[in-house]
Amino acid sequence: MKLDEFFVTGEPLVYGGMVSIVLVTSAVIFLLTYFKRWGWLWREWLTTVDHKKIGIMYILSALAMLFRGGMDALMMRIQLAFPNMNFLNAQHYDEIFTTHGTIMIIFMAMPFLIGLMNIIVPLQIGARDFAFPFVNALSFWSFFFGAMLFNISFVIGGSPDAGWTSYTPLSGAAMSPGPGQNFYLMGLQLSGIGTLATGINLMVTILKMRAPGMKLFKMPIFTWSTLVTCFIIIFAFPILTVALALLTIDRIFGSQFFTVTGEGMPMMWANLFWMWGHPEVYIVILPAFGIFSEVIATFARKRLFGYHAMVWSMILIAGLSFLVWVHHFFTMGAGAFVNSVFSVSTMLIAVPTGVKIFNWLATLYKSKIEFTTPMMWSLAFIPSFVLGGVTGVMLGMAAADYQFHNSYFLIAHFHYVLIAGTVFACFAGLEYWYPKMFGHKLNERIGKLAFWFFVIGFHVTFFPQYFVGLDGMPRRVFYIIPEWMPLNVISTVGAFGMGVGFAIFVFNIYYSYRNSEREKTGDSWDGRTLEWATPTPVPFYNFATVPHADKYDAFLDMKEKGETTFEEEKLEPIHMPSNTGQPIIMMAIAAFASFALIFEWITLAVIGLVGVLIMMGIRSFDYDEGYHVEVDEIKRIEREARGL
Amino acid sequence: MSAHELKSGPLEYRTQEGRMSILGFWIFLAAEVVLFSTLFATYAVLYGRTADAPVPGELFEPGIVLVMTFLLLTSSFTCGIAIHHMRRGSVKGLMTWLIITLILGLGFLGFEIYEFVHYSHEGATLQSSAFWSAFYTLAGTHGVHVTLGIGWAVLLLIQLAKRGLTTVTSRKVFIISLYWHFLDVIWIFIFTSVYLIGMVV
Repeated sequence: MKLDEFFVTGEPLVYGGMVSIVLVTSAVIFLLTYFKRWGWLWREWLTTVDHKKIGIMYILSALAMLFRGGMDALMMRIQLAFPNMNFLNAQHYDEIFTTHGTIMIIFMAMPFLIGLMNIIVPLQIGARDFAFPFVNALSFWSFFFGAMLFNISFVIGGSPDAGWTSYTPLSGAAMSPGPGQNFYLMGLQLSGIGTLATGINLMVTILKMRAPGMKLFKMPIFTWSTLVTCFIIIFAFPILTVALALLTIDRIFGSQFFTVTGEGMPMMWANLFWMWGHPEVYIVILPAFGIFSEVIATFARKRLFGYHAMVWSMILIAGLSFLVWVHHFFTMGAGAFVNSVFSVSTMLIAVPTGVKIFNWLATLYKSKIEFTTPMMWSLAFIPSFVLGGVTGVMLGMAAADYQFHNSYFLIAHFHYVLIAGTVFACFAGLEYWYPKMFGHKLNERIGKLAFWFFVIGFHVTFFPQYFVGLDGMPRRVFYIIPEWMPLNVISTVGAFGMGVGFAIFVFNIYYSYRNSEREKTGDSWDGRTLEWATPTPVPFYNFATVPHADKYDAFLDMKEKGETTFEEEKLEPIHMPSNTGQPIIMMAIAAFASFALIFEWITLAVIGLVGVLIMMGIRSFDYDEGYHVEVDEIKRIEREARGL
Repeated sequence: MSAHELKSGPLEYRTQEGRMSILGFWIFLAAEVVLFSTLFATYAVLYGRTADAPVPGELFEPGIVLVMTFLLLTSSFTCGIAIHHMRRGSVKGLMTWLIITLILGLGFLGFEIYEFVHYSHEGATLQSSAFWSAFYTLAGTHGVHVTLGIGWAVLLLIQLAKRGLTTVTSRKVFIISLYWHFLDVIWIFIFTSVYLIGMVV
């Protein structure tokens, strides 16, 4: 392979990307060397097994991915603003909508939420870490390297260009030769392993490590949403694993699963993909529901209305999520009966979702709402999400779907649920729990400015797309006709509004780091659940003494009784896991093997695979049992943190 | 992270870590069930799509598959005996029966490799048709699982020889026994729904 085949050449935008990658990397290396921070980076972050630090790394990566996916989106909006634009050519446009979709779902939404779960769930249930801290680090690095692998494709080898759904036969070896599609397959495969491991890890954590007295139906609602999400992950992700593996074997080893020669079945890909893909959208929306429930209850200063109904509706949604996948391809021609069945099951989902909407409204009813930034995101979520949900029911009607299918109406629908649901929740959750992570709040004024830019920009972007879709504009076209121009111009303006909102949000992180008042109590918002019971910043062992949590809203109860998580007479040595470099090394080797497989360098891939197996063997012989934090040490840390 | 250790009950369940690892592995097995279900569904969908390659009825033979089934089912039984010895506290019994289990597993693998080579000589390869792609992937995934299980068990045998029975080693052995029985269950489904049906239809 020649060098000019290895690197992508001939695109000024891609050259710009290369230059910025080189510049940013050199700047990071220079800064780390100049401030002598390499050892710190390795000891404190790269080898950590602390769920809070891993969560922060997840969220930082997700923000970076939001930036990347957002840049893709802006480039698409520029190309679509006017008829006959030549900003992107057809090939480049195909690549960009593919990476935009894949990155936003797999490498932005999921890691952002998993990051929040990482930090908050153990704190909410009174645990000192995950059930398997080592596996947690492994999960993070598998996601991280998977994301890097996918992202590097646009400068090395070429981006995938068959859409985020990667339908066969288009994505097969015959019609998409070269490494591009392999980047998609291996990037998702590598990070998918981590997601599955996180699902198992969190499920065991929640089932086995709750504070004494905390029954399942006493758990905070965000923890419940995490548990239900884990259930979906465990039953959905293996399907993706298999689908990706089959397509990989097709492309690299010449099998015939999805080919049109050899009697393969290209339509089977659509089925397998959406049997994972539909549950996947609930993987990214249920935790969002959990976040909104926490935020709304906190700032309405009321107990969450209909807690049991909230939990059961999530369980119902999780079950139904596996029974609706055909609605993504009604037009593929499964027949009237099959389409009717899936049409009905699709519309059924609106029922438990509606229950949740009404419960949030009832929580707000007659409450004294505090308009903090996280609350603003939550309040904006309810009507926006309803718009997305109602158009979802429209799309769910199989007969009507023949009109809406593949149009901008669909684009508008799923952006309304994914942005108004998931992205708003990510921002709400980050701002809500920010003081717990970093010891200071984000500035409220700047936060609200970012909120207004983003929310108004969001509606300006996507509301017109419903109409341009009904006017017949199909998705995935790179030229528009003059009739569609006015609405598309509005859309593009809105997209830049969202971009400005995001920029302000990121600036706020820097601004607040410099200027915000430091937290002293650890209970920044007068919270109700156990994560607020710890001092801020949270000691690495979380709870000096684990509280007894037999009431719903356990921390509220503790505050009434005057209890804390530092009861000196009950202190015992705390057992903690040791840091280890094995996860990052193992996953770096796995990424090397995947990279070799992407370019079909089989020998190198085998060498990498053997390397991964050796790392697993080393892990098997590793009998490090962690260490104990002694009582005196705990006393010293707690007194300092609590200012006693 | 609690270090409180129970004084009675099976060794592998005495620590919180042991109990959590075992539960985690059960959940992992649930995910494995989904993984194999997807492969079985794929196989079912692609059944009969042999294109120009031989049909399964021409190649599948009862003899060799019965031997493989016998080897793997027996290995599951010997694995059970191994765990029985572990519960009795006999490292020697455990290791002996675990080694017998692995030898039976190796026998199974040997026959499977022979079978694959034989079929591909007859013109049924991974590339020859959708049906054969699905067959090799389904049976092959099971075979890879068995291979990994053998490698994993060898590592555990070394650890048993070095450390004897502790809460940690017995937990590891118990978990691999779950894994081994699981592979046996999967094989029963492959035997019936792939080989038996393939021979008669």
